[in-house]
Amino acid sequence: MTVLGNLCLWLAFLVGIWGALAGFVGGLRGQPELRQSARHAVFAMCAALLVAVFSLEWALFQHDFNVEYVAAYTSQNLPVFYTWSALYAGQKGSLLFWATVLSLFGSLAMVFTARRHREYLPYVAAVVCSVAAFFISVMLFAHANPFRRLPYTPLDGSGLNPQLQNPGMVFHPPMLYLGYISITIPFAFAMAALLSKRLDVDWLVAIRKWTLLSWLFLSIGICLGMWWAYVELGWGGYWAWDPVENASLLPWLTMTAFLHSVMIQEKRGMLKKWNLALIIGSWLLSIFGTFITRSGVISSVHSFTQSNVGYFFLFFLIAAGTASFALYATRLPLLDAEARLESMVSREASFLFNNLLLVGIAFSVLWGTLFPILSELVQGTKVTVGPPFFNQVNIPLGLALLALTGVGPLVAWRRASLPNLRRQFAVPATVGAFTLLVMLVGGMRDFSALMAIGLGAFVLATVVQEFARGAGARHRQYGEGYALALGRLLARNRRRYGGYIVHTGIVILFIAFAGMAFKTETEATLRPGESVSLKSPYGWTYTFTHLGISQYDALNRQVTAATVEVYRNGKKTGILTTEKRQHVDALGRPTFQPSTEVGIISDVREDLYGVLAGVVGGTEQAVFRFTINPLVWWVWYGGMIVALGGVIVMWPGGTPAVRRTQAGYAVKLVGEGT
Amino acid sequence: MNAGTKFAIGAALIVGSVGYLMASGVKATGQYFLTPSELSQKIAVDPSFYDVGMKVGARVVPGSVTRDVATRTLTFQVTDGGARYPVVYRGVPPDTFNDSVEVVVEGRLRKDGVIHATNVLAKCGSRYEAVPKA
Repeated sequence: MTVLGNLCLWLAFLVGIWGALAGFVGGLRGQPELRQSARHAVFAMCAALLVAVFSLEWALFQHDFNVEYVAAYTSQNLPVFYTWSALYAGQKGSLLFWATVLSLFGSLAMVFTARRHREYLPYVAAVVCSVAAFFISVMLFAHANPFRRLPYTPLDGSGLNPQLQNPGMVFHPPMLYLGYISITIPFAFAMAALLSKRLDVDWLVAIRKWTLLSWLFLSIGICLGMWWAYVELGWGGYWAWDPVENASLLPWLTMTAFLHSVMIQEKRGMLKKWNLALIIGSWLLSIFGTFITRSGVISSVHSFTQSNVGYFFLFFLIAAGTASFALYATRLPLLDAEARLESMVSREASFLFNNLLLVGIAFSVLWGTLFPILSELVQGTKVTVGPPFFNQVNIPLGLALLALTGVGPLVAWRRASLPNLRRQFAVPATVGAFTLLVMLVGGMRDFSALMAIGLGAFVLATVVQEFARGAGARHRQYGEGYALALGRLLARNRRRYGGYIVHTGIVILFIAFAGMAFKTETEATLRPGESVSLKSPYGWTYTFTHLGISQYDALNRQVTAATVEVYRNGKKTGILTTEKRQHVDALGRPTFQPSTEVGIISDVREDLYGVLAGVVGGTEQAVFRFTINPLVWWVWYGGMIVALGGVIVMWPGGTPAVRRTQAGYAVKLVGEGT
Repeated sequence: MNAGTKFAIGAALIVGSVGYLMASGVKATGQYFLTPSELSQKIAVDPSFYDVGMKVGARVVPGSVTRDVATRTLTFQVTDGGARYPVVYRGVPPDTFNDSVEVVVEGRLRKDGVIHATNVLAKCGSRYEAVPKA
């Protein structure tokens, strides 16, 4: 099967190069045969890569340990569920995964792009083919071929890293990859628009949903990553500002900016240059993210082995960045704005500030991530910045952004009048101020947390007000019951009200992040029967009593488990089990370092998080770390609400009248946002 | 003053505050990242490097690790082939820590010549690959 896999890689590579040439040449010269051929190349490449994926999976499931990749990431006793996911557990397999998914997305774009946007397709095919061919070339020429065979056949494979043997880790990387990869499609459309000089609002409509799709995948991927870090890594948090985490956040930020500023272009014909730059930037950042994960150039706990794959990516990043921005520069004269900013107190202005803040945050995160390299270049000494830097910079910017989340959607287009402002913000501002007051009286003194909660309440109030007004209007106009009116309101204006749901999720996330300001932690060495207490930020006291250690063998591991009884103010609330696992191979020999399983008791208010750090040899005396993490539960549910809102916005269809206003400029400004 | 100018002022304000936050953030939280050899050179020239928070990236000296589980104290030595420093850490090291990994030690070098660590990060050659079998 590896012969077939190799064959398919080469085939896909050659077809990719052909598709790129045919697409560019056919597009520029207007030759229909070549254009058609480029489209077909995408389908052919996709088919070849799918067969390659199939042959790798075949080798994985056959436990063909003569294949280096199979031996490196799986073993006889690895559960089937994880054998499947070994496809993207390693560098080589994930390159194959990348190229395959890209060609799949490319094919979907070829099939589903509406007839009136067909002019763009040869270029889109060409860009997709070039990018996929690059990824395949890394496999073929940078010693990253997943089908390489070993000169001998090991009896068993090394197995999958225990930290990856977690359901979150099965879905987190592909989601994130889907996000990274699908940005290529909007980027390809942007390039197509630039190349064909068809830079009207049409191309935006063609790519908005694709951008939304990759934004959605990226959001889900980031949330799953946080969840995995939280339940698996055992340090008691979900976000560490690690370079790899930052790399996934960067394109998310610029795409979020794009999804907002695109509305200004649709309605007012402004910001065309900015929007194109954001799309190109997002795509480059996604490649940069892959580069960081792959190259080990920035020291990160996530990085794979250092290898020359990094140079391939660096070269590609520079070449693609130069080419796309050069093309962009030559087309600048075609991108002049059709309207001007009329007032500072307008939706346009608040969206502009929102964009500046998002890009500012992205810039500071990029800066902090690259700072070790930059400082070494400039000063000769490496200086690193860690979580304190990112928190210090991003908390104020994030809070300003949160405020705009409430202001932006409600302020009028063009120029807001004083009565408009009063009508929209009187109630929400009061709600925000009142919440702030309640928190102050309740004894909360952390400035950032107070601001997050106060502003969060303000934004939520604006959202509730919008839903209530919309449903009320339907109730009066059509006599619908309130529940029906609310449902129809959402169904008929998915983009607007779906957006509000996303905002609701974001507010919940902000408040949940603020909760971490009140995290408390203790470490203790306990004999069975002994206990330790920890005061919760809500005022009550938790007591953790060590009951004892048990040891047993499971499928592919030896487990040492500690059982802890938890009391709140003397009343029993639950049992917490935390484990140390030593993974073994089929012959019972240890593989990997021991890993820790966290014990978590979660509720709406706070998480109790217990980690077994070690057992004193031969006894049941054990070392524990207990953490109380307030409001973590809300991070997962906030993330789900964001995703739900994203799905609603994306849901196909909508009334034709709505679509027409979205496609043209400024048809219905009055009564739409006011 | 037209809206464009006002917006430019607002934008300059945002860009300025992002810049200010970043500059002050680096100043307040930036830490040197040194190898043991670089650290010993710096210390020889400039004693003010004692008692400064920094990160030291190095290898753990094989066989130098002692753990006292009951008091949660970990001592080991780090080296980059040149200089060598003892490290004391009170706390729980990460799962991946053992006596042949690369570590990043966060802490201060005290006058007694020992690095008192506040945090220890361990890095496998590649975290997602198994340790090579002997």
